[in-house]
Amino acid sequence: LAPWVPVVGLEIHAQISSNSKLFSGSQVQFAAPPNSLVSFFDASLPGTLPVLNRRCVEAAVMTGLALNCRINKKSLFDRKHYFYADLPAGYQITQQRVPIAVNGSLSYSLCIDNKMSQMVTKTVRIKQIQLEQDSGKSLHDDTRSQTLVDLNRAGVGLMEVVMEPDMCCGEEAAAAVRELQLILQTLGSSQAVMAEGQLRVDANVSVHHPGEPYGVRTEVKNINSIRFLAKAVDYEIQRQIEELENGGTILNETRAFDSKLGCTVPMRDKEGKQDYRFMPEPNLPPLILYDAKSLPANINHQQVVNIDWIHERLPDLPSVKRAKLVERYGILPEHSFTLLNEDGLTEFFENVVKQTQMKPKKVIGWILNDLLSYLKQHSLRVKESPVSSCLLADLLNLLEKKEISSTAAKQVFAELWKGERKTPLEIVKEKKLEVIQDQKELELICQAVIDGQENEVIVMVLG
Amino acid sequence: QKVSVEVLDHLEHLALVDFRDAEGVERLQKAIQFADQLHEVNTDGVEPMDSVLEDRCLYLREDDVTEGNCTKELLKNAREKVEEYFVAPPGNIPLPKLEERETFLQGS
Repeated sequence: LAPWVPVVGLEIHAQISSNSKLFSGSQVQFAAPPNSLVSFFDASLPGTLPVLNRRCVEAAVMTGLALNCRINKKSLFDRKHYFYADLPAGYQITQQRVPIAVNGSLSYSLCIDNKMSQMVTKTVRIKQIQLEQDSGKSLHDDTRSQTLVDLNRAGVGLMEVVMEPDMCCGEEAAAAVRELQLILQTLGSSQAVMAEGQLRVDANVSVHHPGEPYGVRTEVKNINSIRFLAKAVDYEIQRQIEELENGGTILNETRAFDSKLGCTVPMRDKEGKQDYRFMPEPNLPPLILYDAKSLPANINHQQVVNIDWIHERLPDLPSVKRAKLVERYGILPEHSFTLLNEDGLTEFFENVVKQTQMKPKKVIGWILNDLLSYLKQHSLRVKESPVSSCLLADLLNLLEKKEISSTAAKQVFAELWKGERKTPLEIVKEKKLEVIQDQKELELICQAVIDGQENEVIVMVLG
Repeated sequence: QKVSVEVLDHLEHLALVDFRDAEGVERLQKAIQFADQLHEVNTDGVEPMDSVLEDRCLYLREDDVTEGNCTKELLKNAREKVEEYFVAPPGNIPLPKLEERETFLQGS
């Protein structure tokens, strides 16, 4: 049986973190009374015009730079036409011909064989990043056979990040999206919380035999978490392989991921191939961006987006943060991944290191094995930890000074976890966990043990 | 060169227009012929202009909240509403296929 090569590409929509919308001054906010964050333009009332939000442009430039893209100094806006109740204008303003950023790359890491000890770095090409409007929200009321439309989300700025089909499985797709999420959150260009719809991922999946042309691809939508992304992609790959091996064909269709059943199903309401009749947006001139060289002399700074200015102010990206952690503290690369993967864990670790003499290489074990596993067991975030970095540092100091053994330290940690506000020292004294240093006392204890186990001693002495 | 019935049907579906009668289709034909005259110009090596605004400056707005909060006004013109939501049919109601609907194009 000839091997199959799965091919996975992604289209990711990230909601821009801004106060107001892409082309209007209404507020961007999750969960507000229906249709309360809607301007006349968002509702597509006649006589309204789009006015571009500068912050959204900056967010897209930041993201493009972080993803090693070429920023197009001149980009254009287009209209993409289709009919749907949550798209009042009948078209979406997007950037189809010349988007704001193109030809970038994203590096991400994977553990081989599920062991954190072996990590491999992969790269996925970023085809482009474009600015576009979000649509409103439809609530389907099947009982009354109607759809309720809330336009609060209509017009919110989106960055669509298109990843080339360089991935081959669910794990790679998930890792790439996770890294993108971390980058966006570090930049602040998007909060990228999937649960709140700030990061939406559609996967394009196909399979083919090596050496043959790419197979027909399907688009998978309705993926609500990174875990489900991996599942959806892997399911679809398997489904396609089975279909083809049974002599069937793959339709170029859109499928929805059903998280309860763990499978993809054809989406209803798809009327054949869409023809979006793209046309230039007549109400918006080209978007011109500047750099230090091209910046005109007497310019109103409010009206100018300077790529170099933004570049200089980019924060350390996750990959740089990780490298710095490894270099500064002597921890392993895989440790740095875990630190960055949990919100607040890096700060916690660094705070403990600051307050203890124990070497960071040893501290990291306590953070990743003890603290993190307790947090996971109790489904708590770092912010909610009953053990503060101070308390943990105190405990590690006792251990470092050899006032307690490491076994005792684990016991103290378990006690601290109860959150009864006792200090490590108090717990040690309470439970009498101090290491006994006095030679005489130790001899007495050993003698007592030997005396109490006469038979066993005889057996041992006789060999 | 005539515009085929398939293309006309396709356009009616996409844009929800109704060519209505022979005169409507004829008007479309004439519009296309008129625009086709553009092909007579040699545009090799010339960047297309898609807007007379292309030399204008695209105004950038500050990221302040200045609009919204007008639910009542927006819903005033809605024929149906449910608790401040607009009401729409359950999904897109596609135009029936050519054979199944009453249209001038049938006879063509």
